Amino acid sequence: MKKKEKSFRIFIGISILLLFVILLENLSGFIPGLPQIFQPTSPLFTVLKKAAVYSLVAVSMNLLNGFTGLFSLGQAGFMLLGAYTYAILMVPTQMKEQVYYLFGGCAFDFSLLSACEGIFGTGGFGGAAAMILSCLIALLLAGCVSGFFAYLIGIPVLRLKSDYLAIATLGFAEILRAIFQWQKLGRITNGANMIKGFPTFSSFNITNSSGGTVLRLSTFVPFLISALCILVIMLLINSSYGRAFKAIRDDEVAAEAMGINLFRHKMMSFVISSFFAGIGGGLFAMYVANAQAKAFTSVMTYEILLIVVIGGIGSVSGSVLATFLYVACSEWWLRFLDSELYIGAVKVPLLRNGFRMVVFSVVIMVIVLFFSQGIMGDQELNLGALLKKIRVKKERKE
Amino acid sequence: MEYVISVLLSGISVGGQYALIAIGYTLVYGILRLINFAHGDVFMVAGLMGIYFTATMPYSVSIPLVIIITVVLGFVIERAAYKPLRNAPRMSVMISAIGVSYLLQNTATYITGGQPMTYPVIPFLAGTVNVAGTHTKWVVIITPFLVLALVVALNQLINHTKIGMAMRAVSKDFETSRLMGIKINSVISATFIIGSGLAAVGSVLFFTNYPAITPTAGAMPGLKAFVAAVFGGIGSIPGAVIGAFLIGICETIIKGLPSSWDVSVFSDAFTFALLIVILVFKPQGLFGEAATDKV
Repeated sequence: MKKKEKSFRIFIGISILLLFVILLENLSGFIPGLPQIFQPTSPLFTVLKKAAVYSLVAVSMNLLNGFTGLFSLGQAGFMLLGAYTYAILMVPTQMKEQVYYLFGGCAFDFSLLSACEGIFGTGGFGGAAAMILSCLIALLLAGCVSGFFAYLIGIPVLRLKSDYLAIATLGFAEILRAIFQWQKLGRITNGANMIKGFPTFSSFNITNSSGGTVLRLSTFVPFLISALCILVIMLLINSSYGRAFKAIRDDEVAAEAMGINLFRHKMMSFVISSFFAGIGGGLFAMYVANAQAKAFTSVMTYEILLIVVIGGIGSVSGSVLATFLYVACSEWWLRFLDSELYIGAVKVPLLRNGFRMVVFSVVIMVIVLFFSQGIMGDQELNLGALLKKIRVKKERKE
Repeated sequence: MEYVISVLLSGISVGGQYALIAIGYTLVYGILRLINFAHGDVFMVAGLMGIYFTATMPYSVSIPLVIIITVVLGFVIERAAYKPLRNAPRMSVMISAIGVSYLLQNTATYITGGQPMTYPVIPFLAGTVNVAGTHTKWVVIITPFLVLALVVALNQLINHTKIGMAMRAVSKDFETSRLMGIKINSVISATFIIGSGLAAVGSVLFFTNYPAITPTAGAMPGLKAFVAAVFGGIGSIPGAVIGAFLIGICETIIKGLPSSWDVSVFSDAFTFALLIVILVFKPQGLFGEAATDKV
């Protein structure tokens, strides 16, 4: 009974959040003359989109590092696989010539988007259905491809212990990046150049026949997909498999003695985490509107790892919260540190390009050194309990 | 033939430069069991300091100064970022190392403005010399000998001095050596000082042969040096040096293969492939001791 009530609450909470996002991004369309922050071009929406994408990747990394205790640094590699799978599948057939012009066309002629449009038509509801369907299939395939590669990589690598595992997965990510930049594979991966021309988040905005936007959904879509994926991860963590993962994290030997098949469970966690990282990679390609191997360096993995640490290793809601804070700080709130500022005639010292990242990394070091629990520790955000606490405090005061 | 010799020569010199970084990794890992991700960035910072100092000072002052300040930097990093986490889980220390690396890279971007900087031409090192019919820089010839000399000196230090004995004891068993009255913190500081000093020497040699320094220039040599350390057996100095020479030579051979094969993108990937093969088939490396876990 209680469990049902709890899941119902979560469902309601997520629906309210999603509705709120739709409302927020369409506010400027309904009420003209709002401040700049509500306009579709404002940094608010960039932050929301990017954070939605990153939160999925962060949670997937937390599943591996925080819940299973496998310190892996291969997340960027799996995102790369996802991004490329999505991009290659979704470039429309008629665009391929143009995108792959350096290599004289693409060796992979099939386009999922064009195939679906062939079934449903290109205009009106048919076109929308074709796009949604192909997009979902492509994202799922993106996840499957990186999950499959994770399986292959996992066979040799998962036998290694802590830091050796980290460096081996980091190595695999670098190898993947080199392969995708290889000019010999240019007819599939477009070499070191970017693949573009596939549907992005803004393709989901509903437009009328004259091209005006009726309903914006470009922020809603990443929120929806990420929320669904994170929900699945939460369900997994709370299942018996999730308990087995935590047992492995806490004590491998004891877990094995209790009858948990170490290798199978580690592999499962690794593949599932990579699956969602792959979907995250597909979403990332949609967010930046291109796929290029250059973007998926180890720096990206470190960024995500730091998010997980800030949020608290072993807390899903912590990871999500930390992602929004991190992305908002780096893309928006701390931007002023990068531009020169004059108060009266006096130039504020130190402020110039790059200072934002210095401040930012100092903050991160402070968190790592003095607040090693992160925002949430290994607890989950529990609004009900939080409200109760506040109420009790108030009553005590009275 | 001349081409082969020139490729081999530059491979040996790159390998020697990696060896100088790898020693820092292997010493620190041997004692703290920490992959010091910031080590590659310390190396990069030493390179940048070389540029700034040589612009204002004569070489005889600036290069020793670079080495001294890099040593201080290594010492400060250990005291500020790793010492407070001595009793924390290993993952926290590693994350702290990643944080330091992030900080050093971002600070370098801030100071240089993100522009690639060219290393000064140090007259003695950058002059050309004719070896077996190929023209190379002096630095290529000097590096292997300098590395050998430093390694021999370091070996003497570790095997025949008190602090060296303490280092060996600490890397064998952290807790017990503490009980035996070894001052753990000064031993750890000593390893960081030696590692950073060698990285500074390495940076002078490496960047003389390198087109430009960017804030991320240290990351890849750092990782490769770590792979070299793993290859040779972590904690073993001769192992790290041999591993570094091997990786340096393989890498230059791959870069030197005919351009129609177009495999030069794999020069970094090859190192990691080698790492994975080693980890899977001989996890203790060439000269490492097999560790057994007690339950």
